[in-house]
This record gives sequence, structure tokens and C-alpha cells, in this order.
Amino acid sequence: MPAPTPAPARWLVATVAETVPETARAVTLRLDVPGWPGHRAGQHLDVRLTAEDGYSAQRSYSIASPPGAERLELTVERIDDGEVSPYLTTVADVGDQFEVRGPIGGWFVWDPADPGPVLLVAGGSGVVPFRAMLRHHAATGSTAAMHLLYSARTRADVIYRRELEELAGPHRAVTLTLTRETGPGWTGRRGRVDADLLAEVGWPPEVQPRCYVCGPTPFVEAVARALVDLGHAPARIRTERFGPTGSAGPTGG
Amino acid sequence: MDTPTPLDGNAAAGALGELFAFDITAAVATCAACRDPRPVAELRAWLDAPGLVLRCASCDAAEVRLVRAGDRAWLDLRGIQALEIGLPAGP
Amino acid sequence: MAVVSRGFQGRRRQPGAGLVPPGQYLVDDFPVLSAGPTPEVPLERWDLTVVDESGAVLARWDWEAFLALPAEDVTVDIHCVTRWSKLGTRWRGVSVDTLLDGIDTDAEFAVAFCDGGYTTNLPLTDLLDGRAWVAYGYEGEALEPEHGGPARLLVPHLYFWKSAKWLRGLQLRAEDEPGFWESVGYHNYGDPWREQRYWGD
Repeated sequence: MPAPTPAPARWLVATVAETVPETARAVTLRLDVPGWPGHRAGQHLDVRLTAEDGYSAQRSYSIASPPGAERLELTVERIDDGEVSPYLTTVADVGDQFEVRGPIGGWFVWDPADPGPVLLVAGGSGVVPFRAMLRHHAATGSTAAMHLLYSARTRADVIYRRELEELAGPHRAVTLTLTRETGPGWTGRRGRVDADLLAEVGWPPEVQPRCYVCGPTPFVEAVARALVDLGHAPARIRTERFGPTGSAGPTGG
Repeated sequence: MDTPTPLDGNAAAGALGELFAFDITAAVATCAACRDPRPVAELRAWLDAPGLVLRCASCDAAEVRLVRAGDRAWLDLRGIQALEIGLPAGP
Repeated sequence: MAVVSRGFQGRRRQPGAGLVPPGQYLVDDFPVLSAGPTPEVPLERWDLTVVDESGAVLARWDWEAFLALPAEDVTVDIHCVTRWSKLGTRWRGVSVDTLLDGIDTDAEFAVAFCDGGYTTNLPLTDLLDGRAWVAYGYEGEALEPEHGGPARLLVPHLYFWKSAKWLRGLQLRAEDEPGFWESVGYHNYGDPWREQRYWGD
């Protein structure tokens, strides 16, 4: 039985230590957060921005860094008419501060104590919590079989491209599929995640893998349904839906 | 404009976490209307209403309603027949 | 053109028209706040009913009959409890006075009920005397589903959660029965001018 997650407490001050562009729209923020109580791979946190007149806006973001990482990391995708993501991706700079609260969510988590195997299925920015899981898997030397199936639109939209290649190893695999790539240089898979691809990349239901699915709501619904149709027990499938904008906060990024 | 699409109970974990001493999103809620059992994390979350509503993924009945004022919150769980909460195995 | 009489504002003026109630801010857009999925009811199956507490139907209109009722074009300010206000919104709808005309009732309260299960309660008097409509047009167009179409209740003198979307009827009651939000913290009456947002306000 998993340990109960302590209730998230107060807002803590996060200071931007580094910003790392990942794609044209996504930026990873590396944060110093004194007092951060630690987290499990897959959890998220709330970000609160406050303007000088007291107006504040709040959004949830998956934690992109594994437990025990030197800095807390968030990867944010810019939504053009969003309220928070444009600030975090284009304005926030080293030294800037905002508030975070967490960790949040005891459902969509992976712990090394789980013997595996684990199928991670990501749509777009849904890959963020899986990066934390893969890095945690690597850092703890877990031998549970873990396979990430990551669907993105084009090569340029793949977040953590090189890092994912480096994370692959005897017990970790990454399969990319692109849905809108038209360039001739891409020799990898094309097309959406469907039952055939899930059956090929994952494990048969008798093995009882844990399946995690994360991304926009329509993607998650379709993949979860396909996994159930393949015979996986719903209890073995955990899902986290991002809004159509890719963030788990109120509609609009 | 697109129809608002719901998130899931994971997105409500922050707001609910302010009220509960345990992580409610992992608890299994049985819908009072149709008896569908499901972790709260898998309920459909409507967050931008005047309050937070979690609905049954099977029949859309409202299982959880949360209203937050500045210094008070109201919680209606009538839509949940029973909540199964995992506890750490103890002596 | 008729002579305009300076200062004359007419009987049905909304209280505080043109002003912003305390704690509100103005918006130009029309935010969509949803507590559930947008219902999809084909118009052939839609009806609007007035029922009593036992569920007995006192009046019923299908879509054609509803559209045939005398309708009004009104311009009102709307105030959402989430603090946005939108002035001068234009609606087309049937006055609730028209719907209840000819119904004999001792009821003092009403509950509006809707597709998707939403309810809201009001004193019956707050639905009468030109203070409420069942609206099916907004800004010259058919009311869109995300804003409550085909028809919603419109009660602009109260916070907008009382203007129930996807309305299917009114239940007339001797006793009050708190609705979807009123039973979990929102004020039973909801007057924006007295900032009646939550219980105890």
C-alpha cells in the first residue's frame, strides 16, 4: 500500500536559477525553492504569479525533475493567449521569483519499489512527468522495465529529445512517433498512438504492466480506451489529463 | 470557441489537498448515482465554474462539489456513496 | 421618430443599471464557466415545463410553441459571482410573466431545473414583474450551447449563477429548496448590490 502523501502546505518562494529552451514553445525552468519538502516522480505543483496590484493567477505544472535533483524543474509550454505560460516562458529570467505549492497528487506517481514493467504513453507536453519518472528510474538504478511511448507533432516539437536518447538503457526504452512530420529526414515512426502501436511497444495484459497515460484529454481518453480494449485492466492504467492547452490548470495557459 | 474539456481529479488535488489530511485523489469513490467505483483522480474535473465539481466518469453525476471563499470552504460529497481510503499497513 | 422625454427611464429598469456592483470588474468578452459537460438536446426532443412540487405539469411548450410566444429584446447588465460584470448585454427571450400567466399557484418559491442536472432556487416574486426571462437569443444570434442554448433563464438582478443554463423548466414550490450551488456555500438569494456571494454574507 503506498504511503499517504502529506497534504500540500504553504506557498513557497521559487527563484529562477536557470532557463533552458527545450523547443520553440517550451522552456524548462530550474528553480531554487528553500523549504521544498521533496516529491515523488509524477507529482505536480501549483505556480502562483502575483502582479503589483495584487492580482494573481495560478496554474498547475508537472514537476519535470526527479526526487532528489539539485533543483526543482518545471517545463512549461507557451500558450499564445495564456495568462501564465507566456510569463514563465518569455519573461521570467534568472533571479525572478514566483510562488509554488506542492507536491500535489498521490495517484499519478511511480516509485522504484514498483517492480514494473511500466508503459508510459505521452502526448505532447504530457511527457513532462515521465521525464521525472525516467530520471528517477535511472538515478535509483531500478531494473524495472520502463518504456516511454511519446507522440509529438513534428521533430521540432519533441521535448527533451537528446536527453531521452541518453536515458535509454537496458531497462529503459523510448519510442517516438510523430503525427505531422513531413520532412524526409525523419526515419522514425509516424502516425498516432493506436492499439497496434501500444501492443507492439507495451506488454501483453497477462504481464500486468502498469500503464501511465498523460497528455491532452482527447489523447488520454483514446489511449486509455485502446489499452482497455487490448485487455489491460483499468486498475492498471493511471491517467493524467492536461487541458487542450497542455496545462493542468483552469482552461487557458 | 471550443467546448471546455474537463480535466481529471489530478487537477483538483491541490484544492482538495488543502482540506484533507490524506491524498484523496488516490481514494476510490463509489458514485451514489450509478455505483461506478473509480479513484478520485479519474473523475472528470470542472474547475472554472463558481466552484470545483468532480463528476462520475461513467454517468456525469456530480460526486464532489467544493466552493472556496476567502476564509471558508464548503464541501459536498453527497454524490459519493462511499470513499475507500488506503492506509499504510500498521501494527 | 417619437419625441424622447428627457429623464424617462421606464418601469423595467434594472437596479443599478450601468453601474458595477461592489467587488466586480468589467469584462469585454463573455467568459464561459462550466460545471459540467455541455448538454446536447435535439430541438425535437426539447421542451420547457412548469411543474408543481409533485411533478404535475402545469404548462408545457415544445420548441415551436415556445418560439411562438411573445418575446422581448432586453438589454441588461450581468454580474457573475466570480467577479466579472458585463454591461449592456442584449438578449431575446420570453418573459417569465408570460410563461406563468394563467397558472394559479400559491407557491412562493421556484426551482429552475436544467439538462445536466443543474438547479437553482429563487423566490417566485424574483421571477415576476419583468425581472426574468427564458432567453434564446444573445446579441442578435441564437444562444450558443456553451452559453446555455437552446434556452437559459435570465435573472439579471441576481448573480449570474441564478441565470441557469440549459433550462428545461421551473418547479413551483411552497417551500424553498437550495439548488446546486446554494446547497454548498453560495448565498441562497444572491443580490450583487449587497454582495451576497456566500452563506452568511
